[in-house]
Amino acid sequence: MSATPELVLGEGGLFDPTAPLTPSGNLRRRMVLARIVRVIATAAALFAVVMLVIVVYGVLARGISSLRLSFVVQTPQGLAGGGIFNYLLGTVEVVAAGAVIALPLGILTGLYLTEFAGPRSRVAGIIKLALDMMQGLPTIVVGLFIYGLIVIPQHTQSGFAASIALAIVMLPLMARASQEVLLLVPNNLREAADALGVNRWRTVLTVILPSALGGIATGAILAIARAAGETAPVLICDSIYNPNATTFDIFHGVPTVPMLIYTSVELPIPEAVARAWGAALVLMVMILIANIGARIWLARSRAKMGQ
Amino acid sequence: MLFALCALAGLVAVLTLVDVVLQLVNNATPAISRFGLGFLWHTTWKPGFNIEGAGALIYGTAVSSLLALVLATPLGIAIGLYLSMMAPPRVRATVGPLVEMLAAVPSIIYGFWGLVVLVPFVLKLEPGLHDALGFIPLFGPPSTIGISVLSAGIVLTVMILPIISALSRDLFLTVPGELKDGAAALGATQWEIIRGIVLPSTASGVGAAVVLGLGRALGEAIAVSFVIGDVNAIHASVVQPGSTLAERIANQFQGALNNLHLAAMFYCGLILVVIGMVTSIAARSIASRFDVNRTLGGGVL
Repeated sequence: MSATPELVLGEGGLFDPTAPLTPSGNLRRRMVLARIVRVIATAAALFAVVMLVIVVYGVLARGISSLRLSFVVQTPQGLAGGGIFNYLLGTVEVVAAGAVIALPLGILTGLYLTEFAGPRSRVAGIIKLALDMMQGLPTIVVGLFIYGLIVIPQHTQSGFAASIALAIVMLPLMARASQEVLLLVPNNLREAADALGVNRWRTVLTVILPSALGGIATGAILAIARAAGETAPVLICDSIYNPNATTFDIFHGVPTVPMLIYTSVELPIPEAVARAWGAALVLMVMILIANIGARIWLARSRAKMGQ
Repeated sequence: MLFALCALAGLVAVLTLVDVVLQLVNNATPAISRFGLGFLWHTTWKPGFNIEGAGALIYGTAVSSLLALVLATPLGIAIGLYLSMMAPPRVRATVGPLVEMLAAVPSIIYGFWGLVVLVPFVLKLEPGLHDALGFIPLFGPPSTIGISVLSAGIVLTVMILPIISALSRDLFLTVPGELKDGAAALGATQWEIIRGIVLPSTASGVGAAVVLGLGRALGEAIAVSFVIGDVNAIHASVVQPGSTLAERIANQFQGALNNLHLAAMFYCGLILVVIGMVTSIAARSIASRFDVNRTLGGGVL
């Protein structure tokens, strides 16, 4: 580091004040190294974006040809014809039933962790650990669990079993999202309510929840979008269904979009594969739009809360 | 009243987790009593002959995940550095969410895409890899199908890249500006700031991020099942097909031949639960050490 700066000498060994001030020697080496690292990091970020483009384009290019209005409003005809309406409806049913269970539980868990448990509460520590582990469970294992818990005793696969499995996928996401948003609610709101002598539960219901509602809603959207694309639990718990039926009975087999893709991929019928690409495109676009929308909304509600 | 409701909701998570373990042990009992711990290293998987061993599955799980980790860790850290320290604000606000979008794409789509787009590409890549790196047994003679542990590793790389890069970006952003400015004022270049200040002070947090990515890769079933081939074999070369624990369950569960076959897959699930819990706890303990350091540093500054 103690390199002596070299004087730039002009003709005749005299100092030339007009020579350009470029680094030389050790400093030059260090700056070149920094430049190289910069280029590598930029290339890595570019690589990630390019991967996203390749994946999205790969699905778009193959799925766009089957995408018509009839594709999403018609039921399938035969192995490859018609649309995917009943699969979309099935996914909505299964995910909605799971969300009805997971979202309230997740919000209540978030409330418990932020509003009711003290910072050193041992129970809260155990719950947080359980949520972390639940999020770390491979989704195929969640499917196995529900297979043992519901499918075996009922002797039948069902959309309901898949809903419970998806609820287990959503619960830790929802609890963590609620917890993070609730922590952003400024403490002086709680203190003001305490100073007015308001009960804790009334403070939570009338002051804290309303001000965190935007963030909780975006957390819910992200959790639902995640569950809609999950295949492993549906494959284990809800893989036997009538592929052409439009059903509202979730206590029996319900067709879902991920299962349509999973079962069509290796069929030796080009039309069936094309339909699977169309379904993949619909699923991906819905999930990406939900994610982008939730992000924009979250940024807005964060900005509002910051004011 | 509301307190009780919230506390009950919290306990649901704990009870579910306990029940997961009980349920898997219960359903795996036929396989556990028949194969015992030997299940972990025996490599024969012949459900028709009532012989099942997860040795090859565990090997394939480890190799494909490690491959993904080796590729995704440097890439993810580099992306984190770019987003937190180098990108202009506007680029950061676009590229950051785009990278995170990689995590939103469902695994079934990665699988489908991997099979149709990536596998042919890997097939073209393999001869070159063998010529250049063939002296390492990992890159053996090219296969003819492209469905391989290598393809699975690449798909897993893309899937865990957003986890590692988003978490490490957030960590790098927590490094106090005073430290970075101080180093810059002493004449450190950006790379010297990264190597001397940013990476050392966030190392344990980055470690936790990597472990979280590893946990995700070890348990991925659907995407891997499309590109790895579900072949019960141990090859030194990654261009050969293989199998993983999670992928085996996805591939064979609906076609289970008998109760023992089903129980063996529950046994695989049990192994996955143990792996998942260990990685969660490991990530947590690494991260909590990081939190302690952070508050200490933050307190001083």
